[in-house]
Amino acid sequence: MAADLTRIVTAYNDTVMSRTFLLPDLGEGLTEAEVVKILVREGDLVHEDAPLLEVETDKATVEIPSPMGGRVEKVHVQAGQTVQVGEVLVSFADVAASSGTQAAVTPDTTRALAPEPETLVASSGPASPASSHPTRSPQRGADPVPATPATRRLARELGVEIRAVNGSGRGGRVTDDDVRAAAGRRETAPADEARAPASTAPGKPLARVGIEPPPLPRFEQWGPVERQPLSHLRRTIAERMTLSATLVPHVTHFDRADVTDLDALIRRNLDAGKARGVTLTLTSFVLKAVAQALGEHPHFNASLDPAAGELIVKRYVHLGVAVAAERGLIVPVIRDVDRKPLLELQRELGALATRVREGKATLEDLRGGTFTVTNLGALGGTGALPIINYPEVAILGVARGREEPVVREGAIVPRLLLPLSLTFDHRVADGADGARFASAVIRRLEHPDELLLGL
Amino acid sequence: MGDLVREVDVAVVGGGPGGYSAAFRCAELGLEAVVVDAGKRLGGACLFEGCIPSKALLHVAAVLAEAERAKDFGVDFGAPRISLDPLRTWTRERVVGKLARGLAAVARGKGVEVIGGRAVFADSRSVRVEGEEPQTIRFRHAIVATGSAPAALPGADLRSERLMDSTAALQVPDVPPRLLVIGGGYIGLELGQVYAALGSEVTLVEMLDGLLPGADRDLVQHLARRCERTFKAVRLSTRVAGLRDTGRAVEARLDDGETATFDRVLVAVGRRPQTAGLGLELTRARVTERGFVETDERGRTADAHVWAVGDVTGEPMLAHRAMRQGKVAAEAIAGRPAAFDNVVVPAVVFTDPEVAWCGLTEREAETTGCPVKVARLQWAASGRAATLGRSDGLTKLVADAETGRVLGVGIVGPGAGELIAEGAVAVETALLAEDVALTIHAHPTLSETLMEAAEILLR
Repeated sequence: MAADLTRIVTAYNDTVMSRTFLLPDLGEGLTEAEVVKILVREGDLVHEDAPLLEVETDKATVEIPSPMGGRVEKVHVQAGQTVQVGEVLVSFADVAASSGTQAAVTPDTTRALAPEPETLVASSGPASPASSHPTRSPQRGADPVPATPATRRLARELGVEIRAVNGSGRGGRVTDDDVRAAAGRRETAPADEARAPASTAPGKPLARVGIEPPPLPRFEQWGPVERQPLSHLRRTIAERMTLSATLVPHVTHFDRADVTDLDALIRRNLDAGKARGVTLTLTSFVLKAVAQALGEHPHFNASLDPAAGELIVKRYVHLGVAVAAERGLIVPVIRDVDRKPLLELQRELGALATRVREGKATLEDLRGGTFTVTNLGALGGTGALPIINYPEVAILGVARGREEPVVREGAIVPRLLLPLSLTFDHRVADGADGARFASAVIRRLEHPDELLLGL
Repeated sequence: MGDLVREVDVAVVGGGPGGYSAAFRCAELGLEAVVVDAGKRLGGACLFEGCIPSKALLHVAAVLAEAERAKDFGVDFGAPRISLDPLRTWTRERVVGKLARGLAAVARGKGVEVIGGRAVFADSRSVRVEGEEPQTIRFRHAIVATGSAPAALPGADLRSERLMDSTAALQVPDVPPRLLVIGGGYIGLELGQVYAALGSEVTLVEMLDGLLPGADRDLVQHLARRCERTFKAVRLSTRVAGLRDTGRAVEARLDDGETATFDRVLVAVGRRPQTAGLGLELTRARVTERGFVETDERGRTADAHVWAVGDVTGEPMLAHRAMRQGKVAAEAIAGRPAAFDNVVVPAVVFTDPEVAWCGLTEREAETTGCPVKVARLQWAASGRAATLGRSDGLTKLVADAETGRVLGVGIVGPGAGELIAEGAVAVETALLAEDVALTIHAHPTLSETLMEAAEILLR
């Protein structure tokens, strides 16, 4: 996160000089965004950090603040247009000096704003040390990148900015291995260095996967058809799911948790929760149970790095929660679930779901997840096979809890059973591991006291 | 009219190299693509009025020049007798016609339909086709590949049969006794040499102080020397101030006050993108003042559904650039991570001697202050050049001063257009001069000059 902000700040600083504002690097390999709304008009005087426009990326709708104060000379984009990172969004006249760089200014209208870059970091998100991301020395200027066209294509496929890769070959030539290594590093780079897993032995790259979809038949021959373009979000979901389903060997383990006692506990405390402004739901308890189980089974809180042949175990537990928004499926992330008290977790979950449904989630709300929970309960069904949210290792599907007859000590009693389906990456874990992890979750759901005491 | 509405994945506007390359690649990737072309044919200016017919004529010129040179080693064919009808038939049928039929067959094989007519955008998702096969085409993506046309001489509004652009000159209407060529770029030089070989007395006028602006001067030298010998006159830093058709000839007034009379005038002052009247203003695509369509590195315009490739996207206006751009756009439309990130677009002037270069020129290195080492190898040192009786050549390597990476290659001499391919591979794949020097090049060939130039850099 700190790294992303650093990059945005850099982009701002670079653009201040030329008085044009380019779409900054949005991080996470995002290369384009769709302009949703333009919030300024040509001729407007704006101050630094004033919202300029709203863009929708693959992940969220984001407000882009002005990197400088000045008069909007020209808006180069229109609502509905897709813009690339680096494309000019807005150009400014009468620019006030900013961020310590020597902006070209019209002297008589100069105002002394001069905020430090740190100000920008603070205003763009939670402040964090801006130096945690090692800045690589990029290739010289606009020189052609010393790599073959095939290597450059590989970099595009892996989403690696090849100019930022230091070539290991003679004369600084960038090799395929350099690009693959950079792709592997990217997964770990934003994390704190101290948290990065210590690799004992260097791995070897696994084989790449890629299947070309065959051409579709001409459906018109059987009747009229209509072609509807996919929305940005739909396209992203399609690409992500295809990637995951093609790349990852999925296994699903089914089980059921007896949540009769947990349900009673929730009902008993509903009013107490409401008094604190929180509506208790099963989901927050499931999240808590998963976070604790992940502590016992860290392999499920990881990502496989096929390029390096290593497993990247994350020493933080950020859980994604699948939310069905009007636009499509969105997975906001709750950070450090293992360390948060249940009430706080519940409050955060509610606020996050609201932000997502209103389209106000920020990029930060949507990234950094280590494991995903998808609750299918509201819409019924007895179970589903979820697809892993790549590059995570596993996803837990929760279906609707139902009262069912259960045999207990020779008698049939009604119990509330919650069907669970744990889908995991068979490259990383085997059936027995999956069963053990599911049991660790179930044990906590069946014994809420253990869950709440963190036993 | 316009009742017929057709839906396709990709509508390609223009059937030139950029257009057909894009359409073919779309088809290979499973997208339904149609090409709308005013002439209902594939090949464009390149095949019908540019690269291909001019090279056919230049081959004729080369044969004539070789026959003349043969006298040096005791072979005299006598004075050539040139019949224009068979020459035109050969160019039109055996060269252009054959290639056009080939392209049509490829299109059929790939299921790419060619629709005849002029396409005009109605909005970001549809074009109207006017003319031969009127219809509306609704597309998911459109690729503008309408290419370029010869630019008119600024300020000259003379309408005269005697005034030709490159398209007209390639028809070889006759061999004018006195031909004025306006423009010392590659088109003027190539066609000037064709007509000179066929027997015209050629005067070439160029407003800048050198031929082939853009090429390094040492590369142009050998060509300039030959033109001075085979042309009646080469006038640099000279403009044509006025042209007047006297009925029997064209009188040209130069800006130095001199007046001369010509039977024909070839205007070769560059090419302009053909974007007017396309209806692009009804899309979100942006067109510059000079008429070029603005695109990103994949070829996408500011309109998410409209793409552009080839001459309409800017300089250099070369068919091979357009072809690569076409493939990139098709792949990007198919969702692949393609980009036109090419380092080199080789330039070849098919004159005698040929001039070819790629990557960084020495002059660019000087202007940008890029630290380079340059090696020149005169072909006087080449065994193969001696056996061809052609020592009027030069091979030049421009390499990064620090790493020795090959950044540019320039060649002048017969066959330079073929030889430059090695330079293109070297620059595009970031080879070091050392790599070129350590690769065995067959002896005796002209390609050895590249290896030897690289060796000079290592000394």
